[in-house]
Amino acid sequence: MTTESKFEARTVTALVEDRPGVLARIAGLCRRRGLNIASLAVGRSEQAGLSRLTFVLEGPPGVVNQCAAQLERLVNVIDATDITNKNHIWRELALVKVGTSTDTRVEVLELSRVFRANVIDIGVDSVTLELTGGREKIDSMITLLDRFGIKEVMRTGRVAVLRGTLFEGEEDGQFQSSRKWANGLPHEYHVTPGVSGSV
Amino acid sequence: MVPRDPNLVLPDNEDEIFYLGQETNINMGKTLTGGDIACEALLNEGVDIVFGLPGGAILPLYGVLSRYPQLRHVLVRHEQGAAHAADGYARASGRVGVAFATSGPGATNLITGLATAMMDSVPIVAITGQVGRAAIGSDAFQETDITGATLPVTKHNYLVTRVEDVGPTVHEAFHIARTGRPGPVLIDIPKDVMQEEGTYDYERDRQIKLPGYRIPTTAPEDQIDAAVKLINEAERPVFLAGHGVIISRAFDKLKELAEKAQIPVVTTLLGISGFPENHPLHVGFPGMHGEAYASLALDDSDLIISAGSRFDDRIVGNVNEFATRSKKIHIDIDPAEINKSVQVDAAVVGNLKHVLGQMIPKAERKSRPEWIRHVEQLKTDHPSLHIPETGNLSGQHVVRGLSNITKGNAIICTGVGQHQMWAAQHYKFTQPNSWLCSGGLGTMGYEVPSAIGAQMAMPEALVWSICGDGGFQMTMMELATAVENRLPVKYAILNNNHLGMITQWQELFYMGDTQADAYTANPDFVKLAEAFGMKGMRVEEIDDVESAIEEANAHPGPVIVDFVIEKVEHVYPMIPAGGSIQDLMEDTRV
Ligand SMILES: Cc1ncc(C[n+]2csc(CCOP(=O)(O)OP(=O)(O)O)c2C)c(N)n1
Repeated sequence: MTTESKFEARTVTALVEDRPGVLARIAGLCRRRGLNIASLAVGRSEQAGLSRLTFVLEGPPGVVNQCAAQLERLVNVIDATDITNKNHIWRELALVKVGTSTDTRVEVLELSRVFRANVIDIGVDSVTLELTGGREKIDSMITLLDRFGIKEVMRTGRVAVLRGTLFEGEEDGQFQSSRKWANGLPHEYHVTPGVSGSV
Repeated sequence: MVPRDPNLVLPDNEDEIFYLGQETNINMGKTLTGGDIACEALLNEGVDIVFGLPGGAILPLYGVLSRYPQLRHVLVRHEQGAAHAADGYARASGRVGVAFATSGPGATNLITGLATAMMDSVPIVAITGQVGRAAIGSDAFQETDITGATLPVTKHNYLVTRVEDVGPTVHEAFHIARTGRPGPVLIDIPKDVMQEEGTYDYERDRQIKLPGYRIPTTAPEDQIDAAVKLINEAERPVFLAGHGVIISRAFDKLKELAEKAQIPVVTTLLGISGFPENHPLHVGFPGMHGEAYASLALDDSDLIISAGSRFDDRIVGNVNEFATRSKKIHIDIDPAEINKSVQVDAAVVGNLKHVLGQMIPKAERKSRPEWIRHVEQLKTDHPSLHIPETGNLSGQHVVRGLSNITKGNAIICTGVGQHQMWAAQHYKFTQPNSWLCSGGLGTMGYEVPSAIGAQMAMPEALVWSICGDGGFQMTMMELATAVENRLPVKYAILNNNHLGMITQWQELFYMGDTQADAYTANPDFVKLAEAFGMKGMRVEEIDDVESAIEEANAHPGPVIVDFVIEKVEHVYPMIPAGGSIQDLMEDTRV
């Protein structure tokens, strides 16, 4: 689509009933509103009979901004939250099968240590690595492995949760820098709003 | 018109199920078929009329209907008619309309009616038969994935796969159809589920567990305060009152707030009859074919209070140029409507009747003589309801005549096109909820069956259907249904031998290239009426309009009046699609 450059991406999490047809309703709604599902992860939640979804939706700003409200209209959706502008952490997982020879195997294993990837399988001419992280991390490892000859890449969609609050009485997912550490935030808490939305 | 039993209006969206029916738990605990269970549940939902047409897959349900004489089945001629009749029944009564259809073609024939109801938030429950469970997915005879097909045109739908789910599903479907923002719900029941044996227990089966389904009632006080602050500060506020006024029965509250704060009321097309047209604060309807002064009042205002309206594109036109000088408050029961088209300054999510009730004590009593005078001046300067006098009969004359003779007290149904706009403009509605038309989907053919549904819901009321000759011919087979059920519906065909609105668009926007817009061989509608066993009349002169209407009113049965009107005529005012108030076209002959 030519308008794609004007598309905006939003990260949305939803709690939904775990029963047949629910995903079709959600996908149908996205299709009708012209939203592209860039990534989708679904799994059972901590509550019996309910699943949790994380998706990244892309679409024209006016439409994609409304996606959580639209999703909540579905009877089987318990709630949907657009967490793009909230303080959240997210991860993706990738399984990468790299071609190896006796010459290159050591180098591949060395790289995997640097990226803190797990070696989950070794064959005569390949090594399979499991890597978790943000998209950039996974992208750069794949780029580095490319010259060894990648046989297969399998990536999950993004999964996300709101960051827990640091202060009692506040809700999860708030940016807390402004409140207590107005004069500078300990480095590890520093999060740039909106960055995770710029897929 | 008021609903025939004040208890039968839409519930105030209580969380608990709204009990309407005669409890028929006499069969509790007995072994019943799935079909019986569906009927028991329908009765407990207060259903008295079902519109439908049988077929193989739904025969097990029809097979037990005779055991439930309280459920009156109205046999239609086409399933689209069943859906529209259920819609007309629902709009006129405020109760859920019910339609039955068989699998495959029966079910797909319902779709236009479901989509019409979905767009206009009308509560319908449709029950369709499905092929037996073992055959589902095998391309069996008359198999359609109707839950898949109706996903986008229903509020919710179900495929029932176990007999123990039949009762709970029917109750849940009614609950969803009539609460919150109402809408159509479809229940697809495989043939063998209807034949299987189970039990029904009202108390057990009505327990609804819908963790994800919330019904907004009152709005949070901070939303109310923010909105009321804007109202109190405004100098030139105007209501944009939509279908929500009618759905939530907020007529009195709207009137109270409008009078207290002296706020003129513009209604949307579907909001017509939500505010009495003989009230001094009534302004008209805005947008594409609305009265120019209503559109101008919105444009000149400094605050638009959208009450149960969704800023539809036929009102807004070009979003960037819509009422640029005004702030906006949006009151809606559906949070997904907020900021969908127009960005608003204050959003209030709740049931309109409750929300207005919350606002009334907080709104300051005002008199706004200057603003009211300005709006009156707009009416004088832009006389949108003038009828160009060519000496020939036109659609406006007919509607004006109907309005005069019925004193604005009839229930009016319409199709879609020029006749619909003339009806909206020239009929002076005085009774709440007396205007039925397909505003959102714009469904031609709605006019014939919806009037049947409305008449069944309101047996004592005078129901006039104002029809286009095009739309009328899309569903005219349902006249047989009207005759069969002795319904005294009056059909006024504004017969211009054209798809009038299409001709208008072709002349205005397609350089006069009129293609496929004319009917050169319409049937003789008087003979047609007689063939159906109805009274048929023809009117060709302006002077004969009112006497013909009186004669039709005096006739105890259904009537068709064929009004032979000007062949080519445009509806004015007009703001072209996507345009703004700058593009307003008024009738230059006026
Ligand atoms: C089912 C359907 N098909 C097509 C249209 C497009 N359409 C809108 S108005 C119109 C003409 C309607 O003609 P008629 O019913 O004779 O009414 P008139 O405009 O002449 O009053 C048409 C074809 C529609 N609204 N609905």
